[in-house]
Parts: sequence; structure tokens; C-alpha cells
Amino acid sequence: MSTLVIVEHDNHTMHPATRNTLAAAKAFGDEIVLLVAGKDCRKVAEQAASLSGVHSVWWVEHEQYQHVLAENLAPLVVSKASSFHAILAPSSTFGKNLLPRIAAKLDMVQISDVSKVVNKDTFEHPVYAGNAIETVRVLDPIKIMTIRSTAFDAVFSEQSPCCIEQIEPITTVAKTQFIHHELSRSERPDLGSAKIVVSGGRGLQSAEKFKLIEELADVLGAAVGASRAAVDAGFVPNDYQVGQTGKVVAPSLYLAVGISGAVQHLAGMKDSKVIVAINKDEDAPIFQIANYGLVGDLFEIVPQLIEQLKQCKGN
Amino acid sequence: MKILVAVKRVIDPYVKIRVKADQTGVETQNIKMAMNPFDEIAVEEAIRLKEKGLASEVVVVSIGNASCQETLRHALALGADRGIHVQSEGVHTSLDIAKILQKISEKEAPQLILMGKQSIDGDNNQTPQMLAALLDWPQATYASELTVEGNNIQVTREIDGGLETLAMPLPAVVSTDLRLNEPRYASLPNIMKAKKKPLDSMDVNTLGLSLKPHVEIISVKAPSTRSGGVKVESVAELINKLQHEAKVL
Repeated sequence: MSTLVIVEHDNHTMHPATRNTLAAAKAFGDEIVLLVAGKDCRKVAEQAASLSGVHSVWWVEHEQYQHVLAENLAPLVVSKASSFHAILAPSSTFGKNLLPRIAAKLDMVQISDVSKVVNKDTFEHPVYAGNAIETVRVLDPIKIMTIRSTAFDAVFSEQSPCCIEQIEPITTVAKTQFIHHELSRSERPDLGSAKIVVSGGRGLQSAEKFKLIEELADVLGAAVGASRAAVDAGFVPNDYQVGQTGKVVAPSLYLAVGISGAVQHLAGMKDSKVIVAINKDEDAPIFQIANYGLVGDLFEIVPQLIEQLKQCKGN
Repeated sequence: MKILVAVKRVIDPYVKIRVKADQTGVETQNIKMAMNPFDEIAVEEAIRLKEKGLASEVVVVSIGNASCQETLRHALALGADRGIHVQSEGVHTSLDIAKILQKISEKEAPQLILMGKQSIDGDNNQTPQMLAALLDWPQATYASELTVEGNNIQVTREIDGGLETLAMPLPAVVSTDLRLNEPRYASLPNIMKAKKKPLDSMDVNTLGLSLKPHVEIISVKAPSTRSGGVKVESVAELINKLQHEAKVL
């Protein structure tokens, strides 16, 4: 029996969370198979085959896998499921959309956002916006789970490529049609895997002023995040949102600027190594979890910070 | 078009939860409860579709103990037409809930099922996808925009990296994201009227399901807490600390 990892990709590049999901798969100690399904995605299969610890890559080409629709991909995984004792995918919108559909078709449960593999059938995952950690034993024969990527160190080491096996697609009569994408384009690092994240909240006051956060992020080579308040107010697109209902990040350094620190937001960033809070309200809850807090007007502090960081770089 | 909306009673999102000392779960005794916020958005969307003349009836369903009726009454006060309470004292996985909802759906035959994308207690984000799988219906998760055109819907989804638009025929399952709409408040006259709206209660055991255990909860613990930090006086001090103490710059 082996472990299956469903690879998230855009038909050209593997999503970075694949590396973390692979790390979780290694905890099972069995042969690991990576599934790459898409259209013109041979390159992704090759990237996957070079990841250290991968036993084989299953590569499936078909037009209907171009935009991952759960309705199309689930039957493929279900048809292969009996060869595996565990099926893993990253806890991204991709994995969350797909895995429950697979699990229900197999009449098995799915565990969401696994943060620790205790043993082959026992797992930890956060519940209640990360305010409790549940340890659960799965009684079903196949353990189906999404992996919280920030809880597992990404596999970066490489191996000489393993075997890439092309398998047959399962064609389905697709009821669902992909219409279009509207992706936010950014030169900055990916929010989910960045070493440094700078996030802005309601305190930024406007989309115009939010540019200050972007400027600070660029000096630090950081990704930009936001609180729900900043997203709802229209300062930034919603895929910037960090929190229980947005992205979960755990960078080395998280700077929260003009963010009060509501439970919902903390759920998405409280596992960061070092947290810095800049806020004018000294009673803001964010200061209770921040390693370093600076009380004051962000419109004075952030420009100073940018200036002094530039000087540090110059030296 | 008939719309079925599934709602869950959860601990109020503004309550700070406490883990029980015996690690069997979290304290729910004498704690303020509320409708799961994502479900409120689902109810609101259903009511708006009815107000636009696109839906003929909005049926709300909730599964759990007797207090769920309060959550259903709230949905009725917001504008739903009829409630169904599936009485159950047990602890259910998302799969169980999806199976119960499948039974309800087979009875009610809705064209559209609206649900929150996740409940804020279990944070599973599974039930809508599982229900769609069991019914073999198309799914549109994390909806931030929903338009109905005849027998088809077009849904804009919030995905990592941006937005995605899908089209699918009805019947379908749609799960709501935060930005789909701004839920309304129930007015006092509507709360009074809701008391007269039909609310059927049935026992889960009458649905002809054999729900078997799939998991065993070993423990529920509080997460490790962060040690308190320090406040710094200036930007220079902050940069200095980040460079030399935390060593993250």
C-alpha cells in the first residue's frame, strides 16, 4: 500500500504547497505516488519526479483536467483509491474543493487542515479558528486529508527523476463549465510560503494609503497580506486575506500594521515565528501575541521604517 | 425554483472558547450560540433570489438537538418560508451531515442547495462538497457572486490567487464565501411572524440511514500559547531587535 499526493499545479509549475504535502506524506513511511492530472502538464510531472522521496509519478493528460474541477478529477482519484491507504492534498482552495468530494464518493471521512501526523491513523488538526487542537483517529481504511502546509517543512531536496507513468483519464460528462479566471498578478513572493509577510488592516484607511504596506513589503522582499476589514473595505483583493476564512501563513517574520488582532485574523498567522505589531491602540489584542510591539501612528512609523530599512540595506 | 438552505448552530463567533479540562471538547454550557456566519450569508442569498422572483420557496434545515429550532426560527425571521429540524443528539462528522441532507434533499427536491463554506467550530469545509458528491450534482464552492439564468447558474468563486467563474446546470450545490452578500437583520415584526411559520421536526432515526462511526476523537486541547512580547519605543529599536535579537532581518 502506498500514499497518494494529489499535485496542485497550473499545467506549467507545481504549486509550492506540494513540497509541504510531500513532507506530510513521508510521515507515513510508505511508497509515495504523486498524481499530476492536467492538460499539457508533462513539465509538472517532471518537476514532481525529481522531488526527493517520490517513488513514482502518475501523469494524466486530458482537456477536462485543464481547470481542476472537482467533478472531473474526483472520479479519477476514486477509481485509483483502492491502491492507497492515504490520499493527501494541500489545504488550499484546490484541495479543500476536491478532497471532500472524493471522500464522500468512497463513503469515508476526510480530515481537514492536518497539522501533525501522529501515526498512520491518528492526526492533529486545528478547530475553532485555531483555538483548539483536535486529535482524531480515523477508522476508515483510507485516510483522506488536506495538509496545512505551514505545519510541515517543504521538501526541497532532489533525486534523480523517478518513473513517470502515464495513466488513462476517466472521462466524465462535464456538467460544470469553466468560464474564466481573474488572477491577481504580483511580482512579490507567494503569500502562503513567503519568509516575511507584511499585512495591513482597517487602520490603513484607503486603497491609496495601503500602498504604504506594499512599499514596506518591497523593501523587505515580503509578501503582502491583509485583514478581513481591509479586504471588505476594498483596499486589496480578497485573496490577500489572512485568517480563518482566508490564508494561513507562518512566516519567519509577520508584521501586522493597523490590525487590531481579531480571533479570525489570529487564526491565520499566530504560528509565525516572530510577530511585530504596529498599532496606535495600545490595548489592541494583537499586542498580546506580538513579540515586538510599537504603539503609534502607522502613517508616521511605517515611512520611518521604510527609510531606515533602506539605509540598513545601503550599508 | 425551490431552494434548500442548511444552517448550523455554533458558538457565537465573538465568544472566546474554552477547552474542557478533561480534553473531550470545548465548553458549550451557558455559552452564547448563534447561526454560523457563513450560513447567514446562504440564507440571505436565498431570500434575495426569492425577492427577485427567481425562487418560489426557501426551506431551511438544521440538524442537532432541540435548540437548533431557535436557529431555524431566526432563519424564518430573516425571510425563509419553512423550517425542517432533524432531531439528533449525536456527534456527527461532515459525512453524516451530508448523508442526512441527502435524504432531506430527496424528499424536498430543491433545485438549488445553498450552504456556508465552513462552520466556524469544526472549520472542516467539507459538507457542501460531500453533499454534491452524494447527490452527484455539480458544486460551486466559495461563491462570491451567484447569478441564476433559467435552469443554469453562473458562480464566481474565491480561489487562491484570485477569482474563478464557473457555469453549471441546476440542480447544484453552492457554498458561500464571506463576500457573497451582507446579511440583513431580523426586524421585530418579522420575528413575531416567524413564530407562525411551519417548522417540522423529525428524528434522525426515521430517515432510514445507518450512520456508522468513522472517527474517534482522542482529545481536544488548547494550542500552545505565545509568550508575551515587549513594546519598543522607536523604529530604530525595532529594527535593532529584529536584526540582533530575533535575527529575522
